[in-house]
Amino acid sequence: MRYSAFKILKEGLTGNKGWKPVWREPDPKPEYDIIIVGAGGHGLATAYYLAKEFGMRNIAVLEKGWLGSGNIGRNTTIIRSNYLLPGNQPFYEMSMKLWENLEQDTNYNSMVSQRSILNLIHTDAQRDAFVRRGNAMFLSGADAELADAEQLRAELPFLDFDNARFPIKGGLYQRRGGTARHDAVAWGYARGADMRGVDIIQNCEVTGFDIQGGVCRGVETTRGAIRARKVAVCVAGSSGRVMAKAGMRLPIESHVLQAFVSEGLKPVLPGVITFGAGHFYVSQSDKGGLVFGGDIDGYNTYAQRGNLPVVEDVAEGGMAIMPMIGRARLLRSWGGIMDMSMDGTPFIDKTHIGGLYFNGGWCYGGFKATPASGYCYAHLLAKDEPHPNAAQMRLDRFKTGNVIDEKGQGNQPNLH
Amino acid sequence: MIIDHPILGPRDAAEFVCLGDACMMDRPDWQADDALDQFVEYGYLRDNPAGEHQELWYHEQGDRSWLVLTRNTLTHEISKVELARDVARARGRDK
Repeated sequence: MRYSAFKILKEGLTGNKGWKPVWREPDPKPEYDIIIVGAGGHGLATAYYLAKEFGMRNIAVLEKGWLGSGNIGRNTTIIRSNYLLPGNQPFYEMSMKLWENLEQDTNYNSMVSQRSILNLIHTDAQRDAFVRRGNAMFLSGADAELADAEQLRAELPFLDFDNARFPIKGGLYQRRGGTARHDAVAWGYARGADMRGVDIIQNCEVTGFDIQGGVCRGVETTRGAIRARKVAVCVAGSSGRVMAKAGMRLPIESHVLQAFVSEGLKPVLPGVITFGAGHFYVSQSDKGGLVFGGDIDGYNTYAQRGNLPVVEDVAEGGMAIMPMIGRARLLRSWGGIMDMSMDGTPFIDKTHIGGLYFNGGWCYGGFKATPASGYCYAHLLAKDEPHPNAAQMRLDRFKTGNVIDEKGQGNQPNLH
Repeated sequence: MIIDHPILGPRDAAEFVCLGDACMMDRPDWQADDALDQFVEYGYLRDNPAGEHQELWYHEQGDRSWLVLTRNTLTHEISKVELARDVARARGRDK
């Protein structure tokens, strides 16, 4: 069923009796060509692009809970491609281009809103670094715009420009950045994959891998064993737990990232704004709530809740750039588990076990990557060679010395 | 979280910095034949368990001691706090 304005009109006039469930609820078949473990944004996008771009049909996506119940359902919905390093930036710009056409592609309203992202500059050194980053963005075909303080005073008069500790000296805009409706991204990909024959099997937890002679031939699940020629794990947040079942240790630690939403306010923020002297990012949802977050808590955890010191730190970051945020009441906060990798960059790669593939390590930047992650993972699964834009996101890069450390922090996952 | 420091008693976790898995105390032998592989494992690969986890915390805003915590990553419950020095000595190291 194709969605269109005509369809809405017709259904509205005929009592809305023609709408059907958006995806099927099939039972697992005994065997598939490809099993994707994890029906989150990245797993569903992988299934979607495998079916649509690479002509694969015999695919199952296994999900231990309900689809879209992990980090795709609990992020701060920011999309952007303002990275620096060659191993990263072309990948994220590819993702941005896929975002720009996502709704037409999936025929689903993902509410992609290119309302801009602004990284604030507080020091001269930071301006130099952001100019360099803007130039790197140009090289990948992305847009970037350096704004001075005068321009920002006119556009965003509520910022605390003359803050004694963190005066605002300007900012780096990416006007094509913005937000998207996170749940709808998962639902759109799920619907698109399901329409093309992909079995999305919910409430089906993978409990083990069937590995014989160094080759993975399928998975054990709570709904029985399922064979597959290729098994593609895509469970960021739980990567450590799942890959341990295949006997693998990963260059990843699991950490909690908290996010916050204020009460609904009238439109006040035109786009996404990030603090450059601490860690704070904020946007306003279409319902009016200020959606914001900051640093991870900094210790290994699989509990989807954080502690109060980080809540205070995030609130201080907000107060430092826009003191008016202090008048808004916090409606709710929550935590999600991040795959924090050793260099802050993800992995889309084969493993040393034949037929077993791994996608993870997205740190707290996985949402914006959803379309490109799915596309590049699908490319790897279909052709058995990495997509050029993800060719450096390898599991062995620490051994070969090809780390992609955007922040320059070294092998300290809680600092990325 | 409250960390029950072996010398100072209960302290707020905000005074500490978490370094990560306590396996970092066991530095490989740099003269071993497979030292490269061992150091890649040591520097970059982690067990990352869901459950009991031994980890290094540094009392940066306090007495600057290194601690080994045994903490549950599912509940945040801290079941054991030791001085890293004592743990190292128990493993046969001289300091």
